Amino acid sequence: MNYLIQQARILGSEPQDVLIADGRIAQLGSIEPGADTQVVDGRGLVLLPGMVDPHTHLREPGREDAETVETGTRAAARGGYTAVHAMANSTPVADTAGVVEQVYELGRKAGWVDVRPVGAVTVGLEGKQLSEIGAMADSRAQVKMFSDDGICVADPLLMRRALEYVKAFDGVIAQHAQEPRLTEGAQMNEGEVSSVLGLPGWPAVAEESIIARDVLLAEHVGARLHVCHVSTAGSVEIIRWAKARGIQVTAEVTPHHLLLTDEKVRTFDPVFKVNPPLRRQEDVMALRAAVADGTIDVIGTDHAPHPAESKECEWGAAAMGMTGLETALSIVQHTLVDTGLLTWEDVARITSATPARIGRVADQGRPIAVGEPANLVLVDPDARWIVDPYAMATKGRNSPFAGMELPGSVRATFFHGHPTVLDGQLATPRPADA
Amino acid sequence: MKHLLSTADLTRAEAVQILDIAGEMREAGTRVVKKLPALRGRTVVNLFFEDSTRTRISFEAAAKRLSADVINFSAKGSSVSKGESLKDTAQTLLAIGADAVVIRHPDSGAPARLAATDWINLPIINAGDGTHEHPTQALLDAFTLRRQLALRDGVSATGLGLDGLKVAIVGDILHSRVARSNLWLLNTLGASVTMVAPPTLLPVGAEAWPCAISYDLDEVIADGVDALMMLRVQGERMNAAYFPNPREYSRYWGLDDARLAALDAAGAETLIMHPGPMNRGLEISSAAADSPRSTVLDQVTNGVAVRMASLYMLLSGDLI
Repeated sequence: MNYLIQQARILGSEPQDVLIADGRIAQLGSIEPGADTQVVDGRGLVLLPGMVDPHTHLREPGREDAETVETGTRAAARGGYTAVHAMANSTPVADTAGVVEQVYELGRKAGWVDVRPVGAVTVGLEGKQLSEIGAMADSRAQVKMFSDDGICVADPLLMRRALEYVKAFDGVIAQHAQEPRLTEGAQMNEGEVSSVLGLPGWPAVAEESIIARDVLLAEHVGARLHVCHVSTAGSVEIIRWAKARGIQVTAEVTPHHLLLTDEKVRTFDPVFKVNPPLRRQEDVMALRAAVADGTIDVIGTDHAPHPAESKECEWGAAAMGMTGLETALSIVQHTLVDTGLLTWEDVARITSATPARIGRVADQGRPIAVGEPANLVLVDPDARWIVDPYAMATKGRNSPFAGMELPGSVRATFFHGHPTVLDGQLATPRPADA
Repeated sequence: MKHLLSTADLTRAEAVQILDIAGEMREAGTRVVKKLPALRGRTVVNLFFEDSTRTRISFEAAAKRLSADVINFSAKGSSVSKGESLKDTAQTLLAIGADAVVIRHPDSGAPARLAATDWINLPIINAGDGTHEHPTQALLDAFTLRRQLALRDGVSATGLGLDGLKVAIVGDILHSRVARSNLWLLNTLGASVTMVAPPTLLPVGAEAWPCAISYDLDEVIADGVDALMMLRVQGERMNAAYFPNPREYSRYWGLDDARLAALDAAGAETLIMHPGPMNRGLEISSAAADSPRSTVLDQVTNGVAVRMASLYMLLSGDLI
């Protein structure tokens, strides 16, 4: 089946038609529909490259009660994604070629998006011994990104070795920057709100000190560093400084850190409990500015589904994490596009091109041009919708945006030319043998 | 008033009303027959996820003097230690027929969570949550201060606030729910507060609190203060490098005999308060604890009256 998207605004530019055939973009311009061609009305819609999430928790293997590769990638497709990086903190941990190949295969069979497993930096995420990085890189899963996400690679010598070692495989270390001693028992951002609520504080310096150390290590050994979920204004300053020095560092921000602040914690509702924690309004504004000036390179959802009982409890007992795949594009539009900070062209860069480049994901994040793989998302920027976690494809009901009215809805997602989302609804997965 | 979760939620009128009702309750407590029929047939559950004999028996005495039935639920040896959630525990209590829940919990915000969710629809009284708040302690402290000052001045306490009063709260502010609840309530009632502590035991962010902050107890005493609230220093703090050792803490921030003598020499009328249990010789010397200035036992007596007033207001409906 061929698809003709009529009168869509490519990256927000003037409307034109896009013909998709055999998984690729066959023609651009003014096109008459041929036989065996399904027409998709793109009037008023913006066409972007399919989004690439550098940071997703699919929970499988081990926590299939929270999410599976199937449900997580359905959520991704609905959110406009055509590729996700599946974080390594599964059970067992993705620290061997066997586990990353299992996740990769589950993703391939599911057929909703490209699943790129992230390999653990250390065996069992224990921060003691490097995992078999080479074996994972050379496996069918072609792992390029390595992370102990959820836990910081805190040992400076181990971090140095990891940064050095991945160079042999063109890999990147994605660091969860959290100094462990400074965050023992921490429950929320340390500041005015925590002082009132009496919740143990999570100081900004715990993140910033690790980032400062890591950019210096990356410079010293000439390696690639990716900083996961940057959350503070101070972190932004350090990364800006590092980039000015020519250090190979890229940085990520989550949608929730672009919108929500620690004021939400006053409700004591654990849906707002997340690692790193929600910070102050000053941090939110600094993060937005950092995306606008290129200091922060990419949006990573840190999609972290949890079963109901992990959030239906008191704050201290609750799990950290929020879902994000199905709200990310709306939050990006709300915080960055509608505020005038970014164009749709910029959105394509931070949600698709750059994350694909960081993760070395072939066929993703490509320009919208004839001959390119048809990984595309069609967005209605004028739509407004009210977030209902129970209407989502993810198993997780822990959306911090529940009940909020957001702009922008995904009307269609094309994954290698196959529509995984059509008319705003999940369609069918791409057959695994296609 | 649907719940009593935080003193920050109380208006001045509400706070004064609770104190006034507590005054009547205290008078009733001096009679031969102390019991009042107000809550006959109602069931109050004391839901204690943290050991606290003093607070629990105070609430128990308060409920019983109002003729309520009391169920004590302690997390130790209960299903909670087998992993039952707060939600299930709360719903079990509702099914048993509780009319109000008094909750003590080691996690900040647990009572607020019970009040905000649809798990149960009962009045909740926060009997201390983590390092967040302990509103009935602050109310009994305010009651004690108000009553002492009225006695001193030979006037009726009814209807009064604490306007113009200077109160210093001394010790482990960082981990103290008592300090936080007192801060909001004392402000609401018109008093001015100074927090005195080593910098390690003051939370980052306290600069924004409506109070003065000092590291120097001697200076605060020399400046004149109507009450010194000494906070308990928890044993586990000593192992976590908040201060070098108990002796040094005591030298700088303890109400020792020398500081007691300084109060006496200055002819000050300063009251000495402590929420208990005291570490004699650490944050307070025996001489200070047992001096005529000390309101420690008066606070315990008043605690029952304040908790009676709180239960009465929540369970007998809409006084405000």
